[in-house]
Amino acid sequence: MLIHAEIWTLKDLFVLPNENIYWALQIVLYPFMTGLVAGAFVLSSLYHVFGIKKLKDIARFALVFSFSLLFVAPIPLLMHLLHPERALNVFMTPHFTSAIASFGVIFFTYASLVAVELWLLYRKRFVTESLRYREMKHKRLFQALTGLIYTILTLGAYDISEEALHRDEKSSKVAAGIGIPVALFLHGYVGFIFGSVKANALWMTPLMPVIFIASAVVSGIALCILVYVLTTMARGALERRKAARNASHVAAHKLKADPVVVKMTASYLLAFLILAVSLELLDLLFRSYTAQKSWDALRSVIFKHDFMSEFVLQYGLGELLPLLLLVIPGITIRRATIASLFVVFGVLMMRYNVVIGGQAFSLTFSGFMEYKMPIIPTSIETYKEGLFGGLTVFAVPFLFFTIVNKFLPAYSDAIEPQAD
Amino acid sequence: MTRKEFLQKVAGGAAALALPLSAFTFIDSEKLFAQVKADASPVRWGFLVDTTKCTGCGFCVKACKLENEVPYSTSASRTWVERYVETKDGKRYADSPMADRDGFQSTAIDLGEGKKQDIAIADVEKGFFVPKLCNQCEDPACVQACPVGATYQTPDGIALVDRTWCIACGYCVMACPYGARFFHPIYNTAEKCTFCYHRISQGLKPACVDACAFGARQICNLKDPNDPVTKIIATQRVAVLKPEFGTKPQVFYLGLDEEVH
Repeated sequence: MLIHAEIWTLKDLFVLPNENIYWALQIVLYPFMTGLVAGAFVLSSLYHVFGIKKLKDIARFALVFSFSLLFVAPIPLLMHLLHPERALNVFMTPHFTSAIASFGVIFFTYASLVAVELWLLYRKRFVTESLRYREMKHKRLFQALTGLIYTILTLGAYDISEEALHRDEKSSKVAAGIGIPVALFLHGYVGFIFGSVKANALWMTPLMPVIFIASAVVSGIALCILVYVLTTMARGALERRKAARNASHVAAHKLKADPVVVKMTASYLLAFLILAVSLELLDLLFRSYTAQKSWDALRSVIFKHDFMSEFVLQYGLGELLPLLLLVIPGITIRRATIASLFVVFGVLMMRYNVVIGGQAFSLTFSGFMEYKMPIIPTSIETYKEGLFGGLTVFAVPFLFFTIVNKFLPAYSDAIEPQAD
Repeated sequence: MTRKEFLQKVAGGAAALALPLSAFTFIDSEKLFAQVKADASPVRWGFLVDTTKCTGCGFCVKACKLENEVPYSTSASRTWVERYVETKDGKRYADSPMADRDGFQSTAIDLGEGKKQDIAIADVEKGFFVPKLCNQCEDPACVQACPVGATYQTPDGIALVDRTWCIACGYCVMACPYGARFFHPIYNTAEKCTFCYHRISQGLKPACVDACAFGARQICNLKDPNDPVTKIIATQRVAVLKPEFGTKPQVFYLGLDEEVH
């Protein structure tokens, strides 16, 4: 009889009988997703707090996208638990000596801040839409429901005078300002979950939260560039097709990613990427230089067993290549987008190498383990921690985004002119 | 009712609802346990492993699995025995196939995934067995790591798991420096050695201690200076596993080799 995680664990040399890769794909995705949330939020704050006007377009998009990603962050955790039905125990008997126990508190603090900021940003739209639906005669059920949702979203605040909107803007700045440290804390905290496991020689370093924050910002910005450019392209193509069909002159030409926005965002991506790579290399250098007892085992994992995922996929494809793409002057939208794709992939690999790599060596330091990702789901367990479970987690944020985008349009051209 | 009135009433109602809450005190399980501890449990369970007596027969593992209903066919186990072999050319090998449930019946070393390497007895420079089990640490990393408090330490020093409350996140499994934890294949909750708490609290000995024909495993009350096993720990040169983690393990070893950790 196999115990949990044994099915995807390959053992080599002296591994203790109870050791397996217990934290598999879902725990790789958990910090990855949380990192995207935090990173996207930081990008939006560059405009909202620091007033970098050029980022206005992507800032709004980043905030809405961050909000959609936010609800996905707990999903990998639930998928990972063998008793997901008991997940609420964390709130009922939180045991605060455990780093995991605070997740709910930090997560909901952050979620409410983002919600407040979004509400302030979109309040005017909620009011106008709510009134528009209210005045509509002969509503269909769907329209009535949409109207009702907008009415609820206004929270009863119908004052959209200049003065009120000005106050909104001020308050949203405050919310965004508080949001930055909270977002960084959210992700630094995820780093702490790993960094504080003293039994794990690879994880245990005070640098872990800092490395996680840096790579989180990198991945969030990169994903925003990627999705912003791709969805704008897709929307442009759709509009053009529609225009061709109706022979009308819809302003489809407007639906293009703004090169100024993308270039500006790419330069921030480059800055944070340099920081993230430096921190990771510092960690590696420090470990090899101090060469403690665990180093022999770690070295075998990093340079031998995980060479492909560590050096080729993470450092090579995911960090060095995009670094070169971003550094070469005269950056174009296409180059920035390709670089972003590699960056997102690189950060995913980094999470993989931390989570799986941290379990790739035995506590005895004399044996190694390998995670063989289940492809074909043969049971709930192999679905959840296998390829398809991973794909599910990847797909959900886009689903959420489609819904959220209906009520909180993320693209500035999709909002009525008066909304800005 | 105007909106303002409505909001005022809501706020008032919420305040009224919140008031009786202050009458409740939050029960802090740790404080409760601390109180119990302050009453000084007369017992602190400890364990002595004499590695020089162990023959690797695996009877302890067998007894443990049967006693604690860890399915017999699983490779994971609450307790296990490790075999260490050093050859004359300085090479070191170690294994614990099936946690040594069936004893080490062959001279071939298990290299994982079905690979084996045979070692001629004439080539062996040094060889020995080391039984392992939960160290029932004084400052257990697993208890610290449990987010829901399903793993807790009893006043007499044993870390237990509440199977009805464990969410099976695996943080305790990751936190244990000794690899003592795993997931029970039937309950799907964290599983670990309890020194057979159900037995020792009834005056019996743990199953593994009873099963060991050589006296390699012994349990004691560390708070009782007259306990013969406690006396050995107090007077002989004993060692613990991985003291550098600061968990203060309470399983003491006689004849521990530097290679074992």
